[in-house]
Amino acid sequence: MAHRPAIEASGLEKSYGAVKVLRGVDLSVAPGSVFALLGPNGAGKTTTVRILATLTPPDAGRARVAGFDVVADRRRVRRAISLTGQYAAVDEMQTGEENLRMMGRLTRLGRVESHGRARELLERFDLTGAARRTVGTYSGGMRRRLDLAAGLVGHPEVIFLDEPTTGLDPRSRQAMWEVVKGLVTDGVTVFLTTQYLEEADQLADRVAVVDGGRVVAEGAPAELKERVAGQRLDLVFGDVAAYGSVARQLGVRLVWSDADRLTLGVATDGSAAHVRALLDEIDPSAAPWTASPCTAPRSTMSSWP
Amino acid sequence: MSDAIVLTGRTIRLSRRNLDAVLTAMLLPILLMLVFVYFFGGAIHTGTEYVTYVVPGVMLLCAGFGSANTAVTVTNDMAGGIIDRFRSLDIGGTPILAGHVAASVLRNTVATAIVFGVAFLIGFRPAAGPLDWLAVAGILLVFILAISWLSACFGLIARSPEAAGGFTFLMMFLPYPSSAFVPIDTMPGWLHGFAEHQPVTPVIEALRGLLLDRPVGDSAWQALVWCGGILAVAAGLSGVLFRRRTG
Repeated sequence: MAHRPAIEASGLEKSYGAVKVLRGVDLSVAPGSVFALLGPNGAGKTTTVRILATLTPPDAGRARVAGFDVVADRRRVRRAISLTGQYAAVDEMQTGEENLRMMGRLTRLGRVESHGRARELLERFDLTGAARRTVGTYSGGMRRRLDLAAGLVGHPEVIFLDEPTTGLDPRSRQAMWEVVKGLVTDGVTVFLTTQYLEEADQLADRVAVVDGGRVVAEGAPAELKERVAGQRLDLVFGDVAAYGSVARQLGVRLVWSDADRLTLGVATDGSAAHVRALLDEIDPSAAPWTASPCTAPRSTMSSWP
Repeated sequence: MSDAIVLTGRTIRLSRRNLDAVLTAMLLPILLMLVFVYFFGGAIHTGTEYVTYVVPGVMLLCAGFGSANTAVTVTNDMAGGIIDRFRSLDIGGTPILAGHVAASVLRNTVATAIVFGVAFLIGFRPAAGPLDWLAVAGILLVFILAISWLSACFGLIARSPEAAGGFTFLMMFLPYPSSAFVPIDTMPGWLHGFAEHQPVTPVIEALRGLLLDRPVGDSAWQALVWCGGILAVAAGLSGVLFRRRTG
């Protein structure tokens, strides 16, 4: 029991219509660890989480979570996990406390127990002061914390967090990181997805990089950083279209992206020749976005991390 | 079952905090009743006091319009992340939808009772005995239940709350081509077929017969068969729709 992986997947495939989202994903996550699935938008992170959390069946491949098959033993998997998705899954028109008590009742806690568990989690996530306010009045960071608390009500063994900090300001992101780090001390397994290498580095024991529906690299954050590169080139774009097209073009070589700041980070070996080759590759003449100077990429070199 | 009860409580709390929608569902039928009784009523000859004639139709309008709101609450749920969370807790479509429907039944029972109260205030004097009242309550309850569950299906199909609101529109107009506001024989001939055989007509006829202590004939059975049929189809269909929407 102690040695079986908390999450095991092999050969997961999934298509939506003609679009192949997953092309054979293999994963193994040790119990009590934090595992990050790192990749750009559209890499297949959310689909992987949905399959592991039993919400979507895979077209091919097998996965076991907490020792149970995600298709054949779906119900037992569901009893062992919790999922906090990209979109806050709490009711805006209920108060924080009502949301948590409801989750308690739905995870088969009694009335009194649900009440106690709600109080305890509100306290732990620094929401006691806002317990009786409707969630609609919460800030983005408070909402995410409540959302995460709602996922913990039933003492899950494995916690899935799909992009837990996307859209948060830097301070709330920092606060969320502290909260996630705190989860591991309870002995639970955390599986999170992120677009930010920095986040994976901060939180995870192991990281798998996904791109185009495949795991393209896996290892401890330090190993991974060494493997991809010693230095990073940041490209800042003037508009979303340019950002998007270059993001697609760079694909797996992207080590970092920030859609809010239209910035892409790409791995280099630090040599001028490599940087020049990279800039040549995202050739101005090939993409219309570079026609005007205000949309031309600005580059900065930064040491990594 | 216990999940359905918890989720019913949730939907009731959510409606209590969204009083605008609940009030609209109640005020609209009341306003229509006042408009029909005081503006048009004088010109419509039904053989009884117009207020007595029109109240069953208004009740049905209130019940139908309010129940149709279930489509909006279901669509709102489906659009957010909360359904995924419920599903990851092993809660299936049935308790989730049953929670919406049960809350709708409670909400609309209260609204319908209030509209009855206003009808009394403006001179509605039914001749129904206690058993008739019980039958009226039963028919209204089954009607609310059937329409609420049917609305839940629309809520599963609609992709936006605005689209789901279209169903409330339909339920608001369905009573017009029926005997709700004017006798069917005053309508053009080509409408008779629809007006006489659409589901709303037997429900109204049954309510009117019971409230005025007149012979009800087959309309009570027809009303129950229609409502039972709608309920059975909607309940079955909603399961399929939920799986398709979330699969």
